[in-house]
Amino acid sequence: MKRAQRFWPWLAMLALGLSPAQAQDAGTLVIRNATILTVTNGTIRNGSILIRDGKIAAVGRNVRVPEGATVIDATGQYVMPGIIDCHSHIAVDGGVNEGSVAVSSMVAIEDVLDPTDVDIYRDLAGGVTTANVLHGSANPIGGLNAVIKLRWGADARGLLFEGAPPGIKFALGENPKRSNFTPQPGTPRRYPATRMGVMDVIRQAFTEAREYQKRWAEYRRRVAAGEQNLIPPRRDLKLEPLVEILEGKRLVHAHSYRADEILQLIRLAEEFGFKIATFQHVLEGYKVAKEIAAHGAGASTFSDWWAYKVEAYDAIPYNAALMTQRGVVVSINSDSAEEARHLNQEAAKAMKWGGLSETEALKLVTLNPAKQLGIADRVGSIEVGKDADLVLYDKHPLSVYAVVQKVLIDGHVYFDRAQDIARRAELEKEKKELTEKLQRSGEREQPSRPGGRRPGGPPRTGEGVQEDGEVRP
Amino acid sequence: MPRRTVGRLLLMVAAASLVVMFAATTAVPQNPPPYFAVRGARIVTGSGPVIENGTVVVANGLIAAVGTDVAIPPEAWVIDGKGLVVYPGLIDALTDLGLPSGQPQRPGQQPAGPPAQQAQQRLAQGPEDRPASTPWEVAADELNAEDRRFESWRNAGFTTVLSTPQRGIFPGQGAVVNTAGARASEMVVKAPATLHLTFRSAGGFREFPGSLMGTLAYIKQVFLDAEHYGQASAIYERNPRGVERPSYDRTERVVYEALTAGRPVFLPANTAVEIHRAIHIARQIGLRKYVLYGAQQGYEVAGALAEAKVPVLVSLRWPERDREADPEAPESLRSLRFRDRAPSTPAALHRAGVKFAFYSDGISNPKDVLKNVAKAVAAGLPREAALRALTLDAAEILGVAERLGSIEAGKIANLVVADGDLFEEKTKVKLVFVDGHRFEVRESARPAEPPRDNLSGRWSLTVNTPQGSQQATAELSMAPDGTLTGTVSGPMGTATISNGWLSGNRFSFTISLSMGPQQVEATFSGTVEGNRMSGTVSFGGFTAEFTGTRPGASASATAGPAD
Repeated sequence: MKRAQRFWPWLAMLALGLSPAQAQDAGTLVIRNATILTVTNGTIRNGSILIRDGKIAAVGRNVRVPEGATVIDATGQYVMPGIIDCHSHIAVDGGVNEGSVAVSSMVAIEDVLDPTDVDIYRDLAGGVTTANVLHGSANPIGGLNAVIKLRWGADARGLLFEGAPPGIKFALGENPKRSNFTPQPGTPRRYPATRMGVMDVIRQAFTEAREYQKRWAEYRRRVAAGEQNLIPPRRDLKLEPLVEILEGKRLVHAHSYRADEILQLIRLAEEFGFKIATFQHVLEGYKVAKEIAAHGAGASTFSDWWAYKVEAYDAIPYNAALMTQRGVVVSINSDSAEEARHLNQEAAKAMKWGGLSETEALKLVTLNPAKQLGIADRVGSIEVGKDADLVLYDKHPLSVYAVVQKVLIDGHVYFDRAQDIARRAELEKEKKELTEKLQRSGEREQPSRPGGRRPGGPPRTGEGVQEDGEVRP
Repeated sequence: MPRRTVGRLLLMVAAASLVVMFAATTAVPQNPPPYFAVRGARIVTGSGPVIENGTVVVANGLIAAVGTDVAIPPEAWVIDGKGLVVYPGLIDALTDLGLPSGQPQRPGQQPAGPPAQQAQQRLAQGPEDRPASTPWEVAADELNAEDRRFESWRNAGFTTVLSTPQRGIFPGQGAVVNTAGARASEMVVKAPATLHLTFRSAGGFREFPGSLMGTLAYIKQVFLDAEHYGQASAIYERNPRGVERPSYDRTERVVYEALTAGRPVFLPANTAVEIHRAIHIARQIGLRKYVLYGAQQGYEVAGALAEAKVPVLVSLRWPERDREADPEAPESLRSLRFRDRAPSTPAALHRAGVKFAFYSDGISNPKDVLKNVAKAVAAGLPREAALRALTLDAAEILGVAERLGSIEAGKIANLVVADGDLFEEKTKVKLVFVDGHRFEVRESARPAEPPRDNLSGRWSLTVNTPQGSQQATAELSMAPDGTLTGTVSGPMGTATISNGWLSGNRFSFTISLSMGPQQVEATFSGTVEGNRMSGTVSFGGFTAEFTGTRPGASASATAGPAD
């Protein structure tokens, strides 16, 4: 974050100007003369992609350009599926952690999305089209996630990835047991304080959820039997999502590091009859890759971040490759608004460390996270019928020299580097004029002194606040 | 006569009040509420066409008649309305007038109890601890009629405000109150009128809720619980035998009752993002009647507001540059645009057909409230719409349109009489009627001219009232710039002067007197010629003439300005 602000102050500024103007109906669009990295069907040189109504209608060398179609000439450029970041905390207002309680499954990221967070635009400019926006890792059972498309300019509801299965954040180890936090003097330590305690909290919560599920089933049974004067059970927003997990309707994304805690959670989930959708971070995943694969969980990890805390000491950069080779569906995520802007390079590292093929590396940030999030029928590869979420690079995206040129979501261009550069002067001018205008009107009068409070205050100025409650992920 | 009654009558009885001031023992006859008629004025009714050369008759606190051909009862005090414009009394749709304003309570905190209890208070560790929730607090029950702001709001033309508790997530319920009256019971128009919500959180990890999403989840749970309370208690009341008794929870009960009574729920939403979010939350909860307050970025989302059919209260505290900001740092374009466009919100709402009213949102000087409305007018809001937002639309949003908001026979006699168009800067409010009581608005603005005399010294004052003349002594001391300090002493004691000045040969000074439970002000203003002064003293809206002499003239005059 810090770095981004220092080197790209203009990015925040110009992002403001590139609002939904370009998100108008794109109609029929053709990208021509591109090198197409389909991920599922190899590389097509000098190929075209036909986009109709936001979906990919045709891919290949011999795509006919319909009359009236908008044509993007991508000569010399590379097209890959939009990048999917399986662990993000961008676009969240008012804190990503409800850390006061050990189980915060009543809170929902969806309620507090901030579609004006400039990190959306910055990540978009790095080729990300979909992000799994997660609650922080302050508690064993965290809040509900929101899978979003980075439709810069849309309102909060407009960001949501329609039909994406709902999910929830879990967290194991140091963060939920709070070993990295010194509580204020006089404040009791929140339970749990150990890894045993973390498991106990989760077990306790699911025991409660089962009882809650039973209470409702019993109530419905008695109503169906025609009983009168029945008081329905009280609806509990904390337990409802846990019942959904038990019923297989909600994906669990579990922040985890050590092999032992990963195994513990697998056993606990199997005992209660539910599945972990993804282990997040999972830096010791390579030690228990077989068990993760057998459980059917995915693993979403970093390329080469480690040693930022004790539980991250045993990490190795071969993690993604080793887990892949053991049959785990692996993705590389960012957990950072900055890192998200070069996930293509993070994926490329798995070729150096572990020798994954180009396609396997690309899958780490496209098809695999799509599978993990249950949206692979919509995104993650360039195939007919899928959403036209595409990134155009000037060089091969697995090269460190590649720079994003255009990003499309649902067939609409949401980022265009050339346009972006062209608009900077205009925005500078507007800024200067407004500054002068407001200074003039401010001098004319003595404004009244604010005496009270206001409900919202002015909008944020673009600095995304990442309050994950952790030094590193 | 009990002292409290004395205080109450002060505001109702004209000349007698001055007698009370200088000789507190004098008995005051209780007059019936007076009849008034403003004749020959331009009447902006707010609900119908403007009446030129019309008459408004006020009787027993209500508007008795309005029109061009109206019989004036013989007992009425007739006010010549030539050159005057009569408006419905203005409404400030969200304030904390009459309530302790102080520091906002930390959101996660329980309502304050006695200090010993506070020390032992447990931090909220979940929704079940009902953090920062006191929905049972009704502004009308806590109202302090002596809040000085009532008078300043009244003088600016505001005859009604919604006053709401403002601390916590469920701070309490609002009351519609008129801005004059000796005690709360006389001022309250409707209570409880509204259910208030804020989206505050405690922040950090110490207590629940520590995040915005935690606060929203908590609010959703409370509404679910309230609904459950209503359902469960109804079932239990019908047939308690064999039914497990539902638990009692004050928050659930009060919220349920507020919803069943159809009281609107007020949700905060200032930016476009917050407005979309609040609408979404209201839909999730299933609120049938709600109002958004803040709404300053409404210019971006007027269409969405119209579609949601949600009324809004627009904060008149237009955004300013953060005073603590680094003056060298460039302001973001986003913030610049917001500051530039916020005053165009009312015009945008008007065009989109969104019902809206205004509120002062902590502006400390009520005169700035109208100035800020003028900015919205300058940004394209038609004057009629601005007036409607300050009167009838506000009354409708607050659920009191049958009693307030326009000049119609039968409605409460809340009126503003000005010497011109209310949104012109040079226009002055001359008279305000609240519940049929007349209040004169005095000029207290200090002119720029330097003093031409020195008022320092001891003055003997004679105040002429219908009950006879009263004596008082003023000890004045003047700074070189004309600022006056000192005291005024009468039979009732000594009061310290505030806001005193001499400019040219015109002077003004104010004293504050304790009358039973309340503080009342008397302002002396007039002109000085050597060792003689004359002018008027105004007190609770009534005036009397006074004269003064400086017996020890030579000594005082050479004393020079006070150090």
